[in-house]
Amino acid sequence: MAATEQDILQGLGKIINEITGIPASEVTPEKSFVDDLDIDSLSMVEIAVAAQDEFGVEIPDDQLKNLKTVKDVLTFIQN
Amino acid sequence: MSANRVRVVVTGLGATTPVGGDVTSTWTALLAGQSGVKALTTDWIDTVPVKFAGTAAVDPAEVLPRPEARRLDRSEQFAMVASREAWQDAGSPEVPPERLGVVVSSGIGGINTTLSAYDTYRERGWNRLSPFTVPMLMPNGPAAWIGLDLGAQAGVHATVSACASGAEAIGHAMDMIRVGRADVVVAGGTEAAIHGLNIAAFAAARAMSTRNDDPAGASRPWDRGRDGFVLGEGAGIVVLESEEHARARGAHIYAYCSGVGYSADAHHITQPEPDGRGIIMAMTQALTDAGVTGHDIKHVNAHATSTPAGDVGEVQAVAKAIGTHPLVTSTKSMTGHLLGGAGGIESVFTIKALQERVVPATINIDDLDDGIEVDIVHGKNRTLPDGDVAAVNNSFGFGGHNVTVVFKGA
Repeated sequence: MAATEQDILQGLGKIINEITGIPASEVTPEKSFVDDLDIDSLSMVEIAVAAQDEFGVEIPDDQLKNLKTVKDVLTFIQN
Repeated sequence: MSANRVRVVVTGLGATTPVGGDVTSTWTALLAGQSGVKALTTDWIDTVPVKFAGTAAVDPAEVLPRPEARRLDRSEQFAMVASREAWQDAGSPEVPPERLGVVVSSGIGGINTTLSAYDTYRERGWNRLSPFTVPMLMPNGPAAWIGLDLGAQAGVHATVSACASGAEAIGHAMDMIRVGRADVVVAGGTEAAIHGLNIAAFAAARAMSTRNDDPAGASRPWDRGRDGFVLGEGAGIVVLESEEHARARGAHIYAYCSGVGYSADAHHITQPEPDGRGIIMAMTQALTDAGVTGHDIKHVNAHATSTPAGDVGEVQAVAKAIGTHPLVTSTKSMTGHLLGGAGGIESVFTIKALQERVVPATINIDDLDDGIEVDIVHGKNRTLPDGDVAAVNNSFGFGGHNVTVVFKGA
């Protein structure tokens, strides 16, 4: 099942909203998790746990630390 | 008792209980004699012999912002809701962080998290656990989150002593102010233990009521037909403050928190000591610490959990340590037993009774048991006299922990 980038972005926005309270509309591809969305490392782990369930992918810790922007996550999930 | 010792006052109250989501609704329900005990409909209900509990009147997860609620165990959610109410009620005092403390405890800790996280770990693996699992299950979690919320740096403590935890927390908070370690301390107890395992375990200890055909009538302290305690959940929090600090900022003062007594039975891990030596000692020490005599105590919010062994023994000890004159009630007849939360909410109720000069009646007493000399308030609420009035909250816990806190009317 190939989800479109738009589907993934919507799903990710929902997860981030649930975990951090940040409106899903602010979750756009160019945003940096740390610099723009002010998401800390433990929140990133929560997001990764939820994203693994939602999109059926494994995100190992050594990959997670390279996912700096929303776009990075979209690309990782699509690949 | 030194005459010039720092005096401690109560300036804020917060509670979320089986009968109300805040202090006002809870107190109104208690004065109306309403039970918060309901039949349970959970998926594990067929596996346990007790089919009811005092579930919270208001779900704390619906009150807190979602991102916050999902990082907190239910016991922490209750504590946070009650502490914010108490802090606001106190007028959100301005106090330097290094002069602000927190002492809040539960009896059991984040047991719901422990059990659900264990399921997640076994069924789906370690990497599906929330990174907040540890702070959700640790017993100091409620105190720590409140400390973070308020920026408290004078010391954040959790005093775990089963069902005496909440009262012990208030005693330690008072002592923190008396010895000069803090000017303001947020203190109390919380519990969220309505889970099949806890009910099964307490039922295995033969401690719980099994009056499944009448949940609202199941918690019946001092009634001859009582058959065990009823589990409740929620939190009760007070803001304690040095009198000097409270007066300087013109705070509303509910009462004085004027003494505490601690003892341990050294008798049995769960059974009360039959002569009441330990609880007499706690009450006597609390009166001495508060600089009052038994005559000054006009009201006792008893521990009385509706167990055959405990209720009568406690009031016989009250008669010996304080006298037969106080108006004695057990609000557990309406809220159920909040375990570590009990001393928190019942201190709030003791303070409300002093403030409004009224003692809510114990419900469900149809046939008062033998051997009771004290004045048990039942049938209708009773008024307290004007003038100088002091009252006592008793809390006792598995392990033989006994705590008595004395409050005096403002």
